[in-house]
Amino acid sequence: MRYIAIFILALIFWLLITFRFTVPNLIAGTLAALICSAIFARYYFHNVYKFLQPYRYVWFCVYLFFFVWACIRANFDVAYRVLHPRMPIKPGIVRVKTTLRSEFARTLLANSITMTPGTITVDILGDDFYVHWIYVKSEDPEVYTKMITGKFEKYIKRFAE
Amino acid sequence: MNNMITIILICIGVLFNIFGCVGLIRLPDVYNRLQAATKCVTLGCCSILLGVVFHFGLSDAGFKALFAIPILFFSATVAAHALIRGAYHFGTRLGEKSVKDDYKEVVK
Amino acid sequence: MTDLLSILLYLQIALSVACLYRIIRGPTIPDRMVGIDIFGILVVGICAIISIQTEKSFILDIGIAWIILSFIGTLTLAKYLSGKKLNE
Repeated sequence: MRYIAIFILALIFWLLITFRFTVPNLIAGTLAALICSAIFARYYFHNVYKFLQPYRYVWFCVYLFFFVWACIRANFDVAYRVLHPRMPIKPGIVRVKTTLRSEFARTLLANSITMTPGTITVDILGDDFYVHWIYVKSEDPEVYTKMITGKFEKYIKRFAE
Repeated sequence: MNNMITIILICIGVLFNIFGCVGLIRLPDVYNRLQAATKCVTLGCCSILLGVVFHFGLSDAGFKALFAIPILFFSATVAAHALIRGAYHFGTRLGEKSVKDDYKEVVK
Repeated sequence: MTDLLSILLYLQIALSVACLYRIIRGPTIPDRMVGIDIFGILVVGICAIISIQTEKSFILDIGIAWIILSFIGTLTLAKYLSGKKLNE
């Protein structure tokens, strides 16, 4: 099942990259997609049926909107810190707990943390994320867990768990 | 009209890249540099590629640029994770302004 | 329009020279690797602007290949930094 899913994804990707719908191109794309799915499919997509549930795509769009907004805010945050003459930084590494289970959801959450204002994920060990924070605003674990992961975690849980 | 959108998006992208490179040169230690540079330069290049999408429209080049955006996003963030973790294991300490380090007791 | 694009292209090239400053001067080895990573991303922007100037689409192919190659290179360097073999 997951071999078929990754085969279809690879073929669509090939066709959109090359953008030529002739027969030799289709044959070459099919061969490349077959090789890719034979080698790499056992590492990805443990539950393919999730692709067929439409409400996940809706939550994905909502998540994408918040994500882009956080990216733009992150850039102005960095610009403020970099262009300020005294550079208001107070860096530190904090530990954040997560409730997400699946690996795909954790990867997405780590990427979201990296692109949001002032934080970058260092490592994932067990249930803990270690996050480098450019300006440690509070020392209380509950407060900063909510500040760092709270906004994204609830959306990612809805479409990727 | 499309040309205006393209020029505006590319200007925004180059502006973000300038912020990122100023951060890369000014900030004091490797973690802060990586943080500023990755965020700004990734979003700046995504903005330039979006400008290319608006310039070419629905042609092969437009689709190529549109598909370069998620590839750039994921590869840049994953490379940043790998680099910052490698830098910590290499033995680079946090800068002297740092206030907190929860990762230290786990690594040992 | 084309003049403004040329100015933006030269700005982008100047930014990659700024990355070279960090690669040459960087006090520690991780600093240099950060410079290499950021340089790889900036080159993609240069490719995109050149593809608008010349109206050719194959330069974007170079950009995509450059993203993936620089990603693999950075992962290898990071593995080297953390002191592991490449198959761990």
